[in-house]
Amino acid sequence: MDSHTDFIDAAARVLELSIDPAWKAAVEANLAATLRLAASFMEFPLPDEAEPAPIFRA
Amino acid sequence: MDGAWAQASEIAAAVSEGRISAAAVVGAALARIRQLNSKLNAFTDVLGERALERAQAIDRTRAKGPLAGVPFAVKNLFDIAGLATRAGSRINRDRAPATRDATLIAHLEAAGAVLVGALNMGEYAYDFTGENVHDGDCRNPHDLTRMTGGSSSGSACAVAAGLTALALGSDTNGSIRVPSSLCGVFGLKPTYGRLSRAGTFPFVASLDHVGPMARSARDLALAYDAMAGPDADDPVCTSRPAVRTIPLIARGIAGLRIAVAGGYFRAGAFPEAQTALARVAAALGAKAEIEFPEAARARAAAYAITASEGGALHLDRLRARARDFDPAVRDRLIAGAMIPASIVVKAQKFRCWYRARVLELFADVDAVLAPATPCAAPRLGQQTFVLDGVELALRPNMGVYTQPISFVGLPVVTVPVPLEPLPVGVQIIAAPWREDVALRIAYALEHMGIASAKRPALE
Repeated sequence: MDSHTDFIDAAARVLELSIDPAWKAAVEANLAATLRLAASFMEFPLPDEAEPAPIFRA
Repeated sequence: MDGAWAQASEIAAAVSEGRISAAAVVGAALARIRQLNSKLNAFTDVLGERALERAQAIDRTRAKGPLAGVPFAVKNLFDIAGLATRAGSRINRDRAPATRDATLIAHLEAAGAVLVGALNMGEYAYDFTGENVHDGDCRNPHDLTRMTGGSSSGSACAVAAGLTALALGSDTNGSIRVPSSLCGVFGLKPTYGRLSRAGTFPFVASLDHVGPMARSARDLALAYDAMAGPDADDPVCTSRPAVRTIPLIARGIAGLRIAVAGGYFRAGAFPEAQTALARVAAALGAKAEIEFPEAARARAAAYAITASEGGALHLDRLRARARDFDPAVRDRLIAGAMIPASIVVKAQKFRCWYRARVLELFADVDAVLAPATPCAAPRLGQQTFVLDGVELALRPNMGVYTQPISFVGLPVVTVPVPLEPLPVGVQIIAAPWREDVALRIAYALEHMGIASAKRPALE
């Protein structure tokens, strides 16, 4: 059920973050929430030519 | 003029006509802050000496500005010369003191306003509650057991309690509009890039906005007109000329096409939010419903960009001083730093797609109405609420109606609807650069008796 634990451990090593074991459940929950939301737009079809908006202008 | 409850426009008129001195106005504001701040926890810094000196200087000048003698305060992520810009955190207190004021403070003071202090906020602006583990929770002036909303918590609180007539806040995903709604004040989140962010501590560069909060639409317009303009110190700040809004504000709503946001924005609102929206829509004769296409995905994309950019911004602090963060903020930022880049790139591409669709809507309407928050102020410490039978985490979900709008930088005025026992806000959303339209509608609602900042019983 803790499907992102390995990912979090690996990412923490890459990012040089030391995470107290007591924080892990909350980090996992937050990451899972974002990934769940991200799935909604990741599946949304856009053409290869779609431009990103890193500096957005209205 | 009622000292604590006078609007900025009334104060400025009285000071300009010599009916009261700026020093007397500022002295009274400082006394009220001393009297009430221990209850409210709105201010983290009070600048008594600086404010009185500034007020006396205004009293000595002949040509007084449009905000002469108006006390204001700023969310403590705005630089104030001589103070470390804490941005609601413990860690930032170790920064060097700012060497100059943020651009918007300078603009307001050039118009005669007087900075009286810095205001409490959620840590690093990653917050919708107004709770702060370092400085203590900010309390809602209408019920001290309830949240102000965040992250511009002290800004909404100070204005709602009559501690200042004006305050500045910032809004990345709703941080002006959410606390304006819960505290029952007027808030303006301008078009992305309209007001300079120079000299403010960032959160999510691609989504950060700054703007004013006040007890009337006219006061928002006065502050906005004093602040709008180009600024080379903020690369996002537009050089497009600003339309002055004060000359337009009383034009009424005749000819404006106003619709209500349907679909996503109709789902999940508590009865008070629905009542407030219905009152506003009825008063404006807004019957048509329009859909922001893919609003749920827009909100998700804003959520992911926020987490990722926030995590990246704070990565060094998370490495070195993780234990000095608010634990709730820390755990969100750590998770944010781990989000794969492919997600963020897609979110930014989706943003362009969504912007194009949203701009098409404004071919047919001039403004759109939507709730500002799903509910009125929750209790302090409350972790969840039940929406349509589903228990949801309160912290992220207070922004469900604000995030899809700021995601494309549209200007919004949040107007307070004075329901009993607690006020709640409605968003008036306009096309990019049409702050004037949103302010006109807000002003009309105020003069129809539909929107108003209700005075809390504090003394």
